[in-house]
Amino acid sequence: MSTGFVSLRGVNKYFNEVHAVANLDLDVKAGEFFSMLGPSGSGKTTVLRLIAGFENASSGRVVIESQDVTDLAPFDRPVNTVFQDYALFPHMSIQDNVEYGLRTRKVPKAERAKQALEAIDSVKLSHLSQRLPHQLSGGQRQRIALARALVLRPKVLLLDEPLGALDKQLREEMQVELKRIQREAGITFIFVTHDQEEAMRMSDRIAVFNEGSIEQIGTPQEVYEKPQTKFVASFLGVSNIFDGAAAKEIFGSSTMVNIRPERIKLVPADTKLNTGESGVVGTIIEASYIGATTIYLIQTQSGQRVIATRLNEELPDQINRYETGDRVGAVWKSDHSAVIPT
Amino acid sequence: MLRLSATTRAILIGLVAFILIFMYVPLLVLILNSFNLSNISSWPIETFSLKWWEFAITYQPIRTALLNSLIVATGSMIIAAFLGTLVAFALKGYDFFGKATVNLLVVLPIALPGVVTGVAFSNTYSNFLSPAGFNIGYFGMIVAHATFCIVMVFNNVFARLKRMNPSLQEASADLGAGLWQTFRLVTFPQFRTSFVAGALLAFALSFDEVVVTIFTAPPGVDTLPLWILKEMSRPNQASVVNVVATVVILISLIPVYISQRLSRAQDEVR
Repeated sequence: MSTGFVSLRGVNKYFNEVHAVANLDLDVKAGEFFSMLGPSGSGKTTVLRLIAGFENASSGRVVIESQDVTDLAPFDRPVNTVFQDYALFPHMSIQDNVEYGLRTRKVPKAERAKQALEAIDSVKLSHLSQRLPHQLSGGQRQRIALARALVLRPKVLLLDEPLGALDKQLREEMQVELKRIQREAGITFIFVTHDQEEAMRMSDRIAVFNEGSIEQIGTPQEVYEKPQTKFVASFLGVSNIFDGAAAKEIFGSSTMVNIRPERIKLVPADTKLNTGESGVVGTIIEASYIGATTIYLIQTQSGQRVIATRLNEELPDQINRYETGDRVGAVWKSDHSAVIPT
Repeated sequence: MLRLSATTRAILIGLVAFILIFMYVPLLVLILNSFNLSNISSWPIETFSLKWWEFAITYQPIRTALLNSLIVATGSMIIAAFLGTLVAFALKGYDFFGKATVNLLVVLPIALPGVVTGVAFSNTYSNFLSPAGFNIGYFGMIVAHATFCIVMVFNNVFARLKRMNPSLQEASADLGAGLWQTFRLVTFPQFRTSFVAGALLAFALSFDEVVVTIFTAPPGVDTLPLWILKEMSRPNQASVVNVVATVVILISLIPVYISQRLSRAQDEVR
């Protein structure tokens, strides 16, 4: 029945009265970088903990590599976890931390030292192997947490917002690094994040979580360009959603439609639409120059607001910029708008 | 920091000095008098001598009392360390009906008057256990001490467990360690210092306990504090009492000192 390398079937999780995970089905393919994206409290971390075995499902099955692990303890599952707070053992040296999993597997002392040092070397921290965790910076601890999990060559690596505590620059470095490690080791990564840009940048596929359910699973391009729900459309990037009367006025049907701000062009208000174009006329109520782009907030006569983002390809005084109060046409190619089924 | 005027500072320093003198000078006099050649305590000491120390070391009743004290303190420390840790884990790790009550019941014995605890145990032993043919004897004294020693271990370990990062145990399990291995390699090292500090306090508490001991010691069995108490009624041997009292002070203070040092060292690491 299941085809995934990691599969969840009909999984529910209740914390007392709270329905944290609601009847969830999920298939992660072998070797893919799979992200679980959603706001806090959406159930994504709980799903990760169900796969790791830290939580027991209230109902449903968890299958890893065709083995039903639903009732197995964490130490009997072929997965390893990188924790949000890294969870390095404070009383052990870096090397002892990385050796820990080999020690529980009864790898001989000399062999586990060799493997641990290799793993520490692969994250470029050999010179710190005898330090204690509290003597390392956040970024260094993050790398050690990664080395400690990877030294066991798990089939699946679970990552719980591992980059959340790092500053922006370090986070971007680690995103590239993680992606490289995942590609080279060929390990399945299941990555929890609330940062949509991070998920888009790294993932092969993304599951968008909301209130304990998955709203949509797809490649970054699919979830961005063809959001299946209003929540997905608004959670990933900025969206202009038309429904009801506004949709009827523009598209001739009241189906919900989304158009991304960067696809909208601004033209003088009296410009005629070409075939294959849609648009609205409105007044600019705010124009914000933010460096690479300028963001325009436009309000139509009926009160609908539209956001348009224009790339500043030329110097500000060399392009035809619009100002607050200008009446403009906001125009896009009809096939750039995406119908949202629900 | 709060800044104080010079006068206020001087007054406070004087007050602290006065309190410390008031607390420790009697002890100091007692210790010095243990080196007094005379039969009774006196001031100033005219001749210093190790006579009473030599007497005490070879005097059989004192040696027996010391041994009893060490056995009772060690026994109640072990019981307290084991049970106190178990209760701390139960209250930290699980939610159950009556949790707050259990917490209170564990802490309560330290606040109960020793007389009450003593009478209660004595009655239980002589009115219930003995008629039932179960003569608890010496062990009863250890059990009675353990009831108020538990709280020392419990408080220390519980406070530490509350500050422990719960994902450490998860990380250990995630890396393949079973429950016992996780306890041995990760959890215990995390609270070891508090555990030892609590156990040392429990030892010290039991070692110099008098009231509960009076009620629960079997006939003819003396601990050091009990021996002192009885000896006080024979004033012609006051100097040997001073020797024994000095020993009691040292054996009680050393564990407390080590315990304090351990707790401080632990705070500095984190």
